[in-house]
This record gives sequence, structure tokens and C-alpha cells, in this order.
Amino acid sequence: MPLPRRAMRWLALGLAATLATLGLTACSGSDDKGSTGASATVSQADIDKAMQTPTELTFWTWVPDIQKEVALFQRKYPAIKVNVVNAGQGQPHYQKLRTALTAGSGAPDVAQIEFQNIPTFTLTNNLLDLRPYGAGALKDQFVDWTWGQVTGKDGQVWAIPQDTGPMGMLYRQDIFDKHGITPPKTWAEFADAARKLHAADPNVYLTNLAASGSGVWMGLAWQAGAKQFEYSGGEKIGVSVNNATSKKLADYWGGLVKDGVVSTDPDFTDQWYQGLNQGKYATWLAAAWGPVFLSTSAKDTSGKWRAAPLPQWNAGENKAGNWGGSTSAVIKTTKNPIAAAKFAEFLNTDAESTMMLATQQFLFPPTKSTLTNPTFVGQKPEFYGGQQVNELFVQISGTVSTEFQWPPFIDQASNDWNETVGKSLADKSDTGAALDQWQERVTSYAKSQGFTVK
Amino acid sequence: MSALTAAVPRRRRDASRRAAVGYLFVAPFLVIFVAMLVVPLVYAGYLSLFREQLIGGTSFAGLDNYTRAFGDERLWQGVARVGVFFLIQVPIMLVLALAFALALDSGVLWLSRLFRLGFFVPYAVPGVVATLMWGYLYGPEFGPVAQLFEKLSLDPPNLLGSDLMLGSIANVVFWEFTGYNMILLYAALRAIPTELYEAAAVDGAGPWRTAWSVKIPALRPALLLALIFSVIGSFQLFNEPQLLQRLAPNVIDSAFTPNIYAYSLAFTSQDLNYAAAVSFLLGLVIVAVSYTVQLGANRRRT
Repeated sequence: MPLPRRAMRWLALGLAATLATLGLTACSGSDDKGSTGASATVSQADIDKAMQTPTELTFWTWVPDIQKEVALFQRKYPAIKVNVVNAGQGQPHYQKLRTALTAGSGAPDVAQIEFQNIPTFTLTNNLLDLRPYGAGALKDQFVDWTWGQVTGKDGQVWAIPQDTGPMGMLYRQDIFDKHGITPPKTWAEFADAARKLHAADPNVYLTNLAASGSGVWMGLAWQAGAKQFEYSGGEKIGVSVNNATSKKLADYWGGLVKDGVVSTDPDFTDQWYQGLNQGKYATWLAAAWGPVFLSTSAKDTSGKWRAAPLPQWNAGENKAGNWGGSTSAVIKTTKNPIAAAKFAEFLNTDAESTMMLATQQFLFPPTKSTLTNPTFVGQKPEFYGGQQVNELFVQISGTVSTEFQWPPFIDQASNDWNETVGKSLADKSDTGAALDQWQERVTSYAKSQGFTVK
Repeated sequence: MSALTAAVPRRRRDASRRAAVGYLFVAPFLVIFVAMLVVPLVYAGYLSLFREQLIGGTSFAGLDNYTRAFGDERLWQGVARVGVFFLIQVPIMLVLALAFALALDSGVLWLSRLFRLGFFVPYAVPGVVATLMWGYLYGPEFGPVAQLFEKLSLDPPNLLGSDLMLGSIANVVFWEFTGYNMILLYAALRAIPTELYEAAAVDGAGPWRTAWSVKIPALRPALLLALIFSVIGSFQLFNEPQLLQRLAPNVIDSAFTPNIYAYSLAFTSQDLNYAAAVSFLLGLVIVAVSYTVQLGANRRRT
């Protein structure tokens, strides 16, 4: 029958045509659209004009209730409308962002990007340098290390810091009182308390080290001074996640987990919230934004929590680590760079906006003015039984070392942590060996992506 | 110019006009089929021949991605895992579906319509909802199953632990798809000509013998269809483990099943090209297994 053959010929032709067009479009490559060198300052006249022009901005964020702060911006600049979109929290948000950027359409104007994810997006040249829009002048308003994290190799300002996550130890006063424990000041004391507590009550653990929580691990490594990653842009990267300090951390926590005195339930799951509610964990090594989760999901425990600095490795020291914290960054493909840059600036520097974020959404501020504002410092949340937690976290915030760097593939590194170190914690196997595995995985991934690993 | 040669062109013209109308009818489907299935497939194949690095950009890699995939231990462990899943879960599910379909057909069950609906409803529940619900039921300390065990003073099994995880996923898949397969088989049972039953009754066959010798052989094509669907479904296992990963992130890693591996390669490791190659290889494996299954079934027939 000649007909099927004719049909096949047409199909083949059609396919060849589509393939050819696809090939042409794919090969044309659109990597370097937009000028990379132009950092000439935009004049105030241009800025004013742009802020009066009717514009629509899209803002991707997962901060609950941020519409309140956005409303403040819209009140000041009525010509600009901001659409707030929640594209997921953490990894799903970044995956969608990357997909939209690769596809070339659908990316927002402004996006929430955590500190550790900034290198991922600067490597692929997706963020807009905010210096031409006056961001350079904002430097002194922010705590040093936060500004360091958003500054590029050549002085570019990639994002405006929004909140930070200085780590502390949130503990249950009632459980401590019941078993006669005082908040440990060193990790050695912490280990002793863990053993004593679990022996007295096998249903309670001094803390939970989530086997899915690479964020906490990095924060603790930050505190211990382990320089895990060395990366400041370009193709050279240093990876030493299994250095001596990290091994010390692994021995410490591996030991506690093997003895069964610290649990390893994945965090932010139903079971974990149940555990918190039932008093299964006596402490939570958390960041300053921790309370916002507890106050909604562990409401029954309200009033029983207190905060203290993390235990130290050496008595008398005062060092802390950071877990999380976000910024507002402008995506390079935006059609409204001036409006977007000014929005990011307003959201995170306007006095009313920052105070609202700090007191109503419990985001720990990176702005010096809010950190010294008596209203903020003197807050006595009922959740902490009236303790002035903000004052404590302000002190802690000042002790976070400024020398922490992130690799430009943090999602991959975190996943690898889950599958090596996290797994060893859950299985109670050798955490030190798992650290070596993690090192191996990260290095081979870096090499396969073309990096030169120091 | 004989009458014969004059007639031939007209017949060919009629035939080609009929063919054109036929293609016109199929065109809407064909357009969507080509745009949504063929083009992405071709594009993925095209992508799999390249390599994109974070440093260094895109370069032509030929069949390097496929060579890498062949030697990738994690990929083949995932394939083995879904293979084991298929070998254990599918026969049990099909036997159950067959048993339910036969029971419904025999008219033994009263309220058969209710049972039919009841078995089928889980299939109507979206996979995401089903998995989240079962994830809650499986909760190691506060889930209902664990609490039941504790009430009986027994050690609750860790249903989300590495030994039982595959079984727990299989349970969710049973719950979701047994009804679907049952409906498939029940419909085929309804289509069996009644003369066969009369002949069997004349030969003195009771209900069990009828089921074994008349109904099941007549169901062979439907069983084969259900089997092929199950092959494809089990090898492409993704929804259930992906959703349970949040609850057991150390048991379900990023290469637990080949589809999860391809997904994490594309969206976490940002290695779209290798992900495309892995997907094609998985497709090949599924084609190979389906073909083997069909061969086996057809050979038994003759």
C-alpha cells in the first residue's frame, strides 16, 4: 500500500523540520544577553520617573503575610503594583526559579533567595547588580557579615539582606527543672546532660539532630570554625567538608547518636511537630526564626521555652553560627530593573517595613537600626515566658563569624549530605567515614561540572 | 484508451480522497500527539547528546552520557529495585484483582454495585493525596498503625525504615490500583459469550471449574493488558517514593527509582543532558521488559 509510506515521509519531514528549528534555536545560545560591564549609576531623575510609571512587578517569596509590608510599598508608590507569589519553600522554590530561567520565561522580577543560595544564581549570571540603583549606599545599614554574603567578587551588590538566622539553643524550662538540668555552657556539659536526661527518662531526648537537616550541620560547623567551602566566584573552588574540625563535629554527634541519647527524626514533619508537642525533645538547636514555627505548630508548649546561646567548644568562648536567613534579589531578566531594585531596597530598609517583619513575622533583622531599636530589643514574647529573647539574639548575632562561604551548588551539596552524613546518623553508623563520602561526592560533582577543585 | 485504463485513475483518485478525509479526522489528535509527545521526545534525545557544565557551557558529547549511564551503579540499583518491586507486587495485585472480579461476576456478593464502587474509589483518589494519607498512617510513633501496636504492647514495626519501605510503597500501590485492574478484568468478564457458560453447564462444570477453565482463559487478553500497564507503571514508579521522601529522607535517596534519579539529576544537580540519557535508557528497559512479557504470553497461547 503506497499510502502508509507517503504518511511516513510526511511525518519524517515534519520531524526533521522541528528538529532543525530546535537545533538552530538551541545552538544560538542566549547566555550573555544584557550588558555585563555597564555599572553607570542611574540618575535620580530616571528613578523618580520610573517610580511614577505604572508598572507590575512579580515577587516570589514564602514569607507568610508579607503582603502587609508590600502594602506599605504600594502606598508610597501607588503607580507600582506588586504580585506576591508563593512558589514553594526552599528547594522547590529554587528549582522553579532555575527552570524558569533556563526556559527563558516565567521568572519573577524580585525573588527571595537565602544567603547560601546566592552563589548558585550569581554563577549562572541570573542576578542584577544593584549598585547602579543606589544599593552601594546601603552598606552601613546592615550587619557586616550579611553585607559580605551579598557582595560579589568585584564589589557587586547581588541582593538586599532581609533576615538572618543566628543560632541559639531553645530549651524547655519545665523539662530542665524536672530533671535538675541547667542550660549547658559547653558541648562537654551538653553531652553529659544528654546522657543523664535520657537515662532518667528514655522517652525524652536532650535534642534532635535531624538526619535531613544539612542546614543545622552547616550552622554548627560555622560555629566551630570549620571552613567547609572556599568560593568567591569563578571556576576555582575549595572543598574540605571533612576537615579536622568537621571530623570533631562528626565524632561528637556520631557518638551521642550511637549512644541513643540524641534522636535523629527528620525535622518539619508531622512526626517532629508531634514530638515537640509531646515534650520528646528538651532543646531545639535552632535559629532566631525558629519560634515562628513553634508558635504555630507547637502552640501547647507556649510559655515553656527559653533561649540561651549555643554551647561552646571551649569554656568562656562566645561564638555562634548561622542557619538560613534570606535576601531579596532582583532577577536579571526583569523588564523593570529600577522599580524592582527600589522595591527590594524598600522592603528591607524602610523603618516601618523592617520593624513589622521583625515584630510580626519574627524575622530576625540584619539592619543595625532595628537591632538597636528599644521596641524590638525589649520585646517579651509570651512564647518564651516573657524572656527578652531578641536582646539575647542580638548579642548572638554579633558573634557570628564573617568568614563563611557557600558553593554555587548548595542544593546538590545538601542532598549529598542527606545521603551520606544524614544517613549515617539515621543508621547509627560511622559518621566520620560518612564525612569522607560527602567530601568525595561534592568533589566529584564539582569536577564533573568543570570546576577546578583546590 | 481501453475502459480499464480509464477506470484505474478514478479509483486511485477516490482512494486518495478517502485517505485525505481520514487524515483530516485524525489530524487534531496527531497535532497534539506530535507536539506533546514526539517533539519533547526528540528534544530530549537531542539534549542527551550534549553536555552542559556550570563552568564551560555546552559542548557536544555524542554518546558519552549513555556510556556514563551504562556504568552508573546508582541507576542500575534503582532499576533492580523497581524490578524486584514489579516481580513481587504485580502478580499479587493481579491475582487479587482477578479474585475480586470473579467474585463480583459470579453474583455471589450482595450489594455488588457497592463493592464495585468501593474497590474502585481508591483509584479515583489522586496519588498525591493517597501517599500523604498513607504517610501519616505509617508514622513511626504517632501514626495510627504504631499506636495500635503500642496498645497491644508490641514493638511497632518501622514501616518507613529501609527494610520495610518497599513493602510500604507496594501497599500504597495495591490500595490505589487493585480497583482499577479489577474493573478492567470485570469488563472483560462481562464480555464473555454466554454460550460458553451453557456449554460448561451442560458438561457438568460447577462454579469453580467454570471460573478456572472458562473465565480465566477468556480473560487472557485483558490480563495481558493489565500486565503491560503494570510493567510500565512499576518501572516508572515515582509519585509514592517522592512524596514519602520527606518523611524518610535517609531511606529514599535521590536514586531510589530510576525516575526519581532522572528528576533529581535534572532539577537538583542541574544536569539536564544526563537526565535525558537516563530517561531514554529507562524507556529502553521498559520496552525490553514489556516485549519479553508479551512474547511469553503469546508463546503460551500457541
